[in-house]
Amino acid sequence: MNPLIPLFVIIPLAGAFLIMIIGKFLSGFGRYFTSAILLSLVVFSIYSLFTGSGTLSLYKVGGWEPVNRIPIGIYMVMDGFTVIVLCIINIIGFLSAFYSISYIKRYTSENFYYALFCLMTAGMNGVVLSGDLFNIFVFMEISVIAAYALVAFGVEKNELEATFKYQVLGCLASFMILIGIGFIYWKAKTLNIADIKEVLSSGYDRTYYLVVQILILSGFGLKAAIIPFHAWLPDAHSSAPSPISAMLSGVLIKAVGIYVIIRLFFNMFELSENMSVLITTLGALSMVIGVFLAIGQWDIKRLLAYHSISQMGYVVLSVGAGMILVAQGEKPEIATLAIAGGIFHLVNHAVFKGLLFLNAGAIEYTIGTRDLKEMGGLAKQMPATSATSFIASMSISGIPPFNGFFSKLIIIIACVMAKFYLLAALAVLVSIITLASFLKFQRYAFYNKTDRGREKTIKEVPFPMLFSMVIMSLLCVLLSLLAIPDIRDTILGPAIDILMDPVKYSTQIIGI
Amino acid sequence: MTVIVKKTTQLIAGMVFLYGIYVIIHGHLTPGGGFAGGVVMAGSFILLILAFGSDFMHLTKEESGSTLYENLAILVVVFLSVSGLLYGARIFFLNWLPKGTAGELVSAGMLPLYNIFVGIEVASSILTIFLALVIFKEETLE
Repeated sequence: MNPLIPLFVIIPLAGAFLIMIIGKFLSGFGRYFTSAILLSLVVFSIYSLFTGSGTLSLYKVGGWEPVNRIPIGIYMVMDGFTVIVLCIINIIGFLSAFYSISYIKRYTSENFYYALFCLMTAGMNGVVLSGDLFNIFVFMEISVIAAYALVAFGVEKNELEATFKYQVLGCLASFMILIGIGFIYWKAKTLNIADIKEVLSSGYDRTYYLVVQILILSGFGLKAAIIPFHAWLPDAHSSAPSPISAMLSGVLIKAVGIYVIIRLFFNMFELSENMSVLITTLGALSMVIGVFLAIGQWDIKRLLAYHSISQMGYVVLSVGAGMILVAQGEKPEIATLAIAGGIFHLVNHAVFKGLLFLNAGAIEYTIGTRDLKEMGGLAKQMPATSATSFIASMSISGIPPFNGFFSKLIIIIACVMAKFYLLAALAVLVSIITLASFLKFQRYAFYNKTDRGREKTIKEVPFPMLFSMVIMSLLCVLLSLLAIPDIRDTILGPAIDILMDPVKYSTQIIGI
Repeated sequence: MTVIVKKTTQLIAGMVFLYGIYVIIHGHLTPGGGFAGGVVMAGSFILLILAFGSDFMHLTKEESGSTLYENLAILVVVFLSVSGLLYGARIFFLNWLPKGTAGELVSAGMLPLYNIFVGIEVASSILTIFLALVIFKEETLE
């Protein structure tokens, strides 16, 4: 058993409550302690990425051994896919926490902010590491309830409205997920993902499980804001404080939405062609509609939030195309390429969307508005913000040599090779519209002339905010190295292996 | 509130509190446990506040106290679960205390300890939520 696995949940959870106690007597404690906690988690996750990602490691909580090869305890599982998502959660989390050091000083009750931040991280790490359905649900609730509170952190009218909408839709999603889990438990008599796979492999009622799949897909689709379920996202992501927007858009919708959908549909349910076509269609819809909704926005954070929907569409589309190929049982090498493209884009999106939200936060911090029409000419006063946001914009629009180009290229190549020409054409079209809307952002925010006489008062943001933005823009450039096939195979290879083989995950867990 | 309500509440609150403690410490033997008992314990405080009315300044002080207790209790629960990790076996949530004979009050290893601290946690957090609502109302009245 790998003793590192529970630490991903214990450290932020204990940290959250320590901040609430010690922060009462020592002001400013939470500020630095949160960064320290998340830095240690970054070290652990990168260590796990380079040491044990090829193999699947298992942690039996409480030391409960399986009886007759049936798992009875709570299992925490770390495999190739988990490790990648853990890395992005903790790296983006650390950079956002470090950024918050100066950004959150404007708000009151910092301790609550940092405690909720730690709770949200603990919940997301738990969702990703959990090996059974009910714990996925519990950890998901921990992270999204912390997110509800964080969205409302400004307690102004807009924030409260956004968080109310988010809560209502989030509760609906949790309800559907819980009902789905209940249905599975009723028939399969177990909650462990690997064990459910074993039970399902000896025949099952197709109509019954179709209902369950629809419930689970709608529930987690709502959390991931795929298009028919996206109504809450633009409000919630634009009203939250900027580091939280970066966390929500960069990590939360992936960890509690996309990750769980991919994990359950590849490793738990039997892949059926109908379901894969449905998922691909949802992905294509969110990709196209998201970008058309985004281009008309004048509020920077709303624009970025709509682009999150569109970019998650790319991930879902690509993984869905892989699912169709796996379900048909042909062309496994193209399916591998499609899934690799999806996961690569998931990692890239976390980095560039996190960076864009931090840039938006920096602009809001200095000039106090989010309206593009009121900005202009910031490139001279804020050179670092301008440069990093240029890198992120080019990256999200798919301009070489940044990371977004390579993942979109892999997705488009995979679609063409699989003869899904329409999807490939849509992906190219959406990429062009994305470029157009980010050129608009660049022009109005940084290059346009402004007629206001405030040039002298604007200064570059303080060091912690700069540091996070610069590191993320470096990551934007460095991650394009993953396009080189050898590096891709060592980092993304284990993740794709575990998803491509339908029984590998369950047999390995039941076998231990 | 009238004298009748106040006197009855004074008589009952102690009993309710004791019953909460009973439910918590018998958590591993009978139905109920930390959560149920904690709610009952919080109920006794809430009864007293309802009967004797709210003094605003007094309540804010009480709220900060209950928040402190809540955080301490949950930290102790985390520490207890980690103690299995430190004990040598390197297992999170390990029940490493001697189990005793089934059916006796002092048995089941760590479970009564978890129950007690979860009970404190639940009691103080429910009291905190109640106080937060009362304080919010008082603030909007002013």
